[in-house]
Amino acid sequence: MDFRSNFWSTFKKKYSIYMILTILFVVCSFANENFLSVNNLTNISRQLAVTTILAFGETMLIISGMLDLSAGSVLALSGVFSVYVYKNGASLLVAVLVGILTGIICNLINVLMISTFKAPPFIATLSMMTMARGLALLFTKGQNILQLGDYVILGQGSIGVIPIPVIFLAAIAVLTWYILNHTRFGRSLYAVGGNEEAAIASGINVHKVKYLAFVINGIFVGLAGVLFMSRVNAGLPNGAINYEFTALTAAIIGGTSFSGGIGTAGGTLAGAFIVGFLDNIMNLTNVDSYVQQIIRGAIIAFAVIYDIRSKNKRTKSMLGRIEDKQPEKKTA
Amino acid sequence: METNIKLRVSQIEKSFPGVKALDKIDFAVKKGTVHVLCGENGAGKSTLMKIINGIYQPDSGQIFIDEKPVKINNPMQAKNLGISMIFQELNYVPEMTVEENVFLGNLPVNKFGKVNWKEVRERTKALLEAENLPYSPTTLLKDLTVSDIQMLEIIKAVSNKSEIIIMDEPTSAITLKEVEKLFQKIRELKARGVSIIYISHKLDEIFQIADEITVFRDGTVVDSRPKDQLDIETVISLMVGRKLTNTYPKEEAPIGENLLEVENLNSTGVFYDVNFHVKKGEIVGFAGLVGAGRTEVMRALFGLDPITSGNVKIKGKKVNIKKVKDSIENGMVMLSEDRRRYGIIPMRSVKENTTISDLKKVFYRFRNHSNVERKIVSEMFKTLKVKTPTLETVIASLSGGNQQKVLLAKWMLRNPDILILDEPTRGIDVGAKYEIYKLMNGFVQEGKAVIMVSSELPELIGMCDRIYVMSKGTITGELKREEFSQELIMKYATGTLTSNEVK
Repeated sequence: MDFRSNFWSTFKKKYSIYMILTILFVVCSFANENFLSVNNLTNISRQLAVTTILAFGETMLIISGMLDLSAGSVLALSGVFSVYVYKNGASLLVAVLVGILTGIICNLINVLMISTFKAPPFIATLSMMTMARGLALLFTKGQNILQLGDYVILGQGSIGVIPIPVIFLAAIAVLTWYILNHTRFGRSLYAVGGNEEAAIASGINVHKVKYLAFVINGIFVGLAGVLFMSRVNAGLPNGAINYEFTALTAAIIGGTSFSGGIGTAGGTLAGAFIVGFLDNIMNLTNVDSYVQQIIRGAIIAFAVIYDIRSKNKRTKSMLGRIEDKQPEKKTA
Repeated sequence: METNIKLRVSQIEKSFPGVKALDKIDFAVKKGTVHVLCGENGAGKSTLMKIINGIYQPDSGQIFIDEKPVKINNPMQAKNLGISMIFQELNYVPEMTVEENVFLGNLPVNKFGKVNWKEVRERTKALLEAENLPYSPTTLLKDLTVSDIQMLEIIKAVSNKSEIIIMDEPTSAITLKEVEKLFQKIRELKARGVSIIYISHKLDEIFQIADEITVFRDGTVVDSRPKDQLDIETVISLMVGRKLTNTYPKEEAPIGENLLEVENLNSTGVFYDVNFHVKKGEIVGFAGLVGAGRTEVMRALFGLDPITSGNVKIKGKKVNIKKVKDSIENGMVMLSEDRRRYGIIPMRSVKENTTISDLKKVFYRFRNHSNVERKIVSEMFKTLKVKTPTLETVIASLSGGNQQKVLLAKWMLRNPDILILDEPTRGIDVGAKYEIYKLMNGFVQEGKAVIMVSSELPELIGMCDRIYVMSKGTITGELKREEFSQELIMKYATGTLTSNEVK
């Protein structure tokens, strides 16, 4: 009996997000006949790809006790630079690398402010958000760069039925899962976010962990910038505004805890698709777009309250728990 | 039934998922007495106190105050019934003033909700004067010592006209002198008719202050008697359900050559001219008053804080310790005094908390070898007798003693030569203490060494081969085992004697 209730609570904690996703999927399938069409599902995934890639970067940062508010702006800056060099004759590969490099450089500045100069991540990345957007607008003089030619293949192309951005998304999802579960760096992220001082006292190089986390975030953001511009077939200095919040929403709904130390790649992916499915079904069933915003906001509140409540339950049982009956004493 | 019973609980039961925390508890506190509760961690003392304070609700049973049945749904109600609890971990806002703290949640307001600060100031002042406390109502809490804040909590309880004050391990973070002050206050409170429930692991202290003693074990009351009918030995055996033949199971280990040599270690403004050495097979103690610089020396040695100048040699080789990694790689590890702050990663599993010290052992060839990880952790837990439901259990849900053992396991994984233990037994129960002592013995018998910083002299005297005493940022004395005495250590510690005068 006890065993069963324990089993259930662990199961629920670990898999509830996937159950919600499955239930939502089934409900959506019945709610509108167009939902299940291949066309619709590939569309959802293609749209989700950019913000979900950002969400994986955010997940790693939140786990280690930080966050990135500059993701949307840096995405635009990276995309604009990438598009610019492509239009001026660089190869697609070079253009992609320029985008990624831009992402890395902006994030190095972020982490320099955070880890070296001890600025709070919220404020440091807020300042980067404004700076990167300004630079993107300055560089393009506020004009969109149009007609990208073959550049669009990355965002609009498909291999079989699978859109290329979705392949990137899958690769980044697997990469994030791998980093979090199978690398020393991943384990250190949890330690740093869980208790930074304990991590230092355990011999973990916290500076290195933070720098690496932001560099990886920079790669993801840069890549997302390329995919975004390529999908819309333009270099938009004013594009992707507020994308960081969509990404943060996916991470939060996916169970990443803002107090640090908790989060998974699978959870974030599921969180992103929950938001994606909801948006899609609301569009298909003609829910007013203003109403959609309200619902989306309410879901964030719900997810956070759920997270806090389940955490409180855990701490409460911690407080009063008799954890260890004394050992069987054999010694005299 | 006697008429002078202030608080009585009858047949209290409480279960948490998977465990019965309290099983038909009967227990009574007389008016104007100090009633001590002892028992190992997890025996149920804290759960019962939380029920009396309204934090938990019992599954069944009844609480009586002045022999009238009461129901306590929350700490606010408990306060109104005259019950105050002073927690082991004092929670306070450092930037708050004394007066704000005293009237927290209870500020006098006029009918528009405006706080009457003048009244607050005057009443706080009167209270501080009445209790003989030297600070002003506007002093910030961050400028006070732990003991001062504790005193403040007590007078707060008094100002709320509490008739029952529960103190949970009140002496775990204060100095001997401050303990004396606390006891004086407790005696005063007693004289005024206040009943005090006092939870403590420190048995010598208990006998100084108790009128009655109740011993808990595994969620039941094993015995409850006036102090004079009990002695330390009996209490211990009641607590653990067996006789501990020796509180300090010191075993001799062969002493070898120098393992660690520290020469003229300085850190400007923190400590100066610190010289000591530790040999293979030794347990070396560091005694001193709180603030003498013992923890600071160890932190610097371990690479947590910078060193201004000085030499450190490990195994005769000069080492340059700039960060924790340097120290670990030279075979020296440290268990901090503040488990929560520098030790555990609370929301992660015991497994992850253990292997964090040596990730290379479980992450290699491009992946995490989880079967290897589980195996080395469970083997280490078996050796150290860590009790945890599963390896995936979140560390914060274990008792203090078991958390401490997990942290030891984490360092044992590195197979260190020098183990620095800063207050290793603070806040943990007798059984777990005993196991940690045994572990220290086993460790030094392998030709390794332990440095133990402790504020409990009996523990140092019981376990160490040599003791260094620190006072005001430097070492003032060194004692060999045959010279050990509490008096001598205290003389060095208070700076009334330095080794130069002796030799």
